Amino acid sequence: MADVSSIPVAVSGVHVETKGKHLLLNMGPQHPSTHGVLRLVLEIDGEVVVNATPDIGYLHTGIEKSCESKYYQQVVTLTDRIDYLCPLTNNLCYVLAVEKLIGMEVPRRAQWIRVLLNELSRISSHLVWLGTHALDIGAMSVFLYCFREREEILKIYEYVSGQRMMTSYFRIGGVALEPPLGMLDRVRAFLKTFPDKIAEYETLLTHNPIWLGRTQNVGYLSAADCLAWGVTGPCLRAVGIPLDLRKTNPYSAYNEFDFDVPVRTEGDVYARYMVRIDEMKQSVRIVQQAVDGMPEGPFKASAEGIVLPDRDKMKSEMEALIYHFKIVTEGFKIPAGEAYQAIESPRGQMGYYIVSDGTSKPYRVHVRSASFGNLQALPRMVEGRLLADVVAIIGSIDIVLGEVDR
Amino acid sequence: MPNATFFLISLVKCGVVLFVLLTLVAYIQLAERKIVGRMQSRVGPTRVGPFGLLQPAADAIKFILKEDITPDSAHKFLYLLSPALSATLSMLAITVIPIGGGTVRLFGQNTPMQITDINVGLLFILGVTSLGVYGIVLAGWSSNSKYSLLGSLRGASQMVSYELALGLALIGPIILAGSLSLRHIVEAQQHYWFIVPQFLAFLIYLTAAFAETNRIPFDLPEAEGELGAGYHTEYSAMKFALFFLAEYINMITVSCVATLVFLGGWHGPVFGPALLRAILPLVWFVLKVCFFLFLYIWVRGTLPRFRYDQLMAFGWKVLVPLALGNILVTSLIVGLLA
Amino acid sequence: MPNNYVPALLFALIALLIPLGTLLLFRLVRPSRPFAAKSLPYECGIDPVGGSRHRFSVRYFLIAILFVLFDVETLFLLPWAIQFKHLGMFGLGEMVVFLGMLILGYFWLVQNGALELE
Repeated sequence: MADVSSIPVAVSGVHVETKGKHLLLNMGPQHPSTHGVLRLVLEIDGEVVVNATPDIGYLHTGIEKSCESKYYQQVVTLTDRIDYLCPLTNNLCYVLAVEKLIGMEVPRRAQWIRVLLNELSRISSHLVWLGTHALDIGAMSVFLYCFREREEILKIYEYVSGQRMMTSYFRIGGVALEPPLGMLDRVRAFLKTFPDKIAEYETLLTHNPIWLGRTQNVGYLSAADCLAWGVTGPCLRAVGIPLDLRKTNPYSAYNEFDFDVPVRTEGDVYARYMVRIDEMKQSVRIVQQAVDGMPEGPFKASAEGIVLPDRDKMKSEMEALIYHFKIVTEGFKIPAGEAYQAIESPRGQMGYYIVSDGTSKPYRVHVRSASFGNLQALPRMVEGRLLADVVAIIGSIDIVLGEVDR
Repeated sequence: MPNATFFLISLVKCGVVLFVLLTLVAYIQLAERKIVGRMQSRVGPTRVGPFGLLQPAADAIKFILKEDITPDSAHKFLYLLSPALSATLSMLAITVIPIGGGTVRLFGQNTPMQITDINVGLLFILGVTSLGVYGIVLAGWSSNSKYSLLGSLRGASQMVSYELALGLALIGPIILAGSLSLRHIVEAQQHYWFIVPQFLAFLIYLTAAFAETNRIPFDLPEAEGELGAGYHTEYSAMKFALFFLAEYINMITVSCVATLVFLGGWHGPVFGPALLRAILPLVWFVLKVCFFLFLYIWVRGTLPRFRYDQLMAFGWKVLVPLALGNILVTSLIVGLLA
Repeated sequence: MPNNYVPALLFALIALLIPLGTLLLFRLVRPSRPFAAKSLPYECGIDPVGGSRHRFSVRYFLIAILFVLFDVETLFLLPWAIQFKHLGMFGLGEMVVFLGMLILGYFWLVQNGALELE
């Protein structure tokens, strides 16, 4: 930055380029509206933000490094903790990358179950986003309504995997268990009520003049900026670029499903809001199709030495018992190589890059997180805006700090 | 001349008003949590006492027993003074609010159903509530915290801006009543409530009253999503409780004024035996005030928050011109009819 | 009727004593264990940089000035409003002139952007 007027100041560990003698204000890490522990050092003139410097790392847990000391199948449990609002999406991205590395075919039924649960987690993630975003702008009730519906999804998770949040349900080669019998009925029951609930949120917000005033023409980001900063997901689709990896690079069984990619052109907070609301409706469509057309067949691939054998086989066949023992105790080796798999997470493009050195533990796991890319564009959006807009904009880019810091 | 009986009567009335006021604040707060809870598909407080009815007592004990933290860099005296000032000033406005048209007999003397009836009652309320802004400004400044300061700056400019609209909205009814005494204003509404000819003024008043009391959608001085807790970020324990008290008393005050000036105060159908006749006006008054208080709670469960510039623009560019226009039209019509 | 103000004064006294009394009285029962970190002002968990006694935007000041101007005018409207029915058309004429000037001033302010925040 060759700005002559800027004065560098050290503010508790951050290097800040100030633009004159304004008030320096720490927003976060312990702030109700920074969605976790994001810290922004704001330089404010009255209510106007002159300069914003994000400071991340308060939720750094070293997950990527930890992955290097785990067997391939154990890493799945770590991926849950990266983006804790859609653990299944992380599971999916990781197992897809490993399957790509091995070159493994996954049975169609497993693919469909993955799509179904992945779309449910998109809905639950968007519900948390909508609730907290609305709460930041002062609409308290929407928050509780959203969490009420999210609870239903968490109950489905728990029913399927035994866990509400840290599901670890997807495994290399398929899913962990045959889904319980009543799962589809529970999902159907949810689908029956949920569209009305979306309408309920929209009644409170979509045409509310105060909501429109707070979100329209706020936090504008141009298409060029989005591409330059690596902004993906709903934020990118809100500027009119219909990039959705489910359509452009279909993975799992997404090419078998019929859905639209919602796009808006305004590029402001309201556009992002509308895109996500429409995405929830599209996800309902996908889940409905998955429930209606769920194929029969095995829920995991049969790959000796990589996928755990069935329980009853272990009781009758020696080889199965040995494979089970070997996979659990010493993992399985993957030929040296590397693979990158990107999927469309609720926040944008999520990618797992895995390098194998031929052992049973990954040499390197790198996560390309959507939140990190989207967060980079934040200073550009908030500069020159009011303090209250900062809160609205942070909400609109839907960051999860666990994913940013990893 | 003031004599011992007069003092005694005044003292008793002060005591009664204070008791009613503080109880009301405690239970509005409980009602708010219950009602908002129901609106948000929760149940609200249920654990302390039957239906959570003792919750206010539990809260009070907690406020009393919590540690009171004063930041080192705060201005100690003003930091202590500002919550007390807020609470005192909010209570003062209640002085002139009449709750019934008749008189009550105390110690052998007839006395009006209010602490005192002064002929500039409405002006007194406007004056005292304007002073309320001092509590907020001093709190924010004396805390020496940036979030508090921002909250108090917002609070000051918001409250003075809407004060203006509030005052202007009340001119219309005053023209119709020809008096500043709240008792006279209510008596002038014998035949029709002022909400009918002054509907616009009523809406302006209502909006400005929400802003004056810093309630959603105008709760910017304490916007928890943006400023932590705004001007009372640093306050804890009893000092925080006093700000809390002030906010709810202010809500009651503006609801009472709205009832008295626009909704005909204690006027309403009166029937039945003598005792019922005596009580009904009071019932009507309380019901109308409760309606406004419910409105506050309802709005809180529904609306998001304005942004600072929108709030200012709305106050200065919408409410003030509308209120001025209302005065002109009202005076023209009243003048031409007279 | 100065007599009417005596109860108001009495109530004011009580209203002043209650908050101050509670603050001082309950000091006896509540704990006080301050330490350096607890006594810092809140700034989201980070040690504050510089004080908050900082210059702030002139916009706030402008609003205050405008308020004083207009509120004084409101004050003039009050006695007029009470007496309006007795003053008749003369009062109306007077007030139209007065309000006219007020509204003119108001539009001048809007024109000059005094009410814009940025």
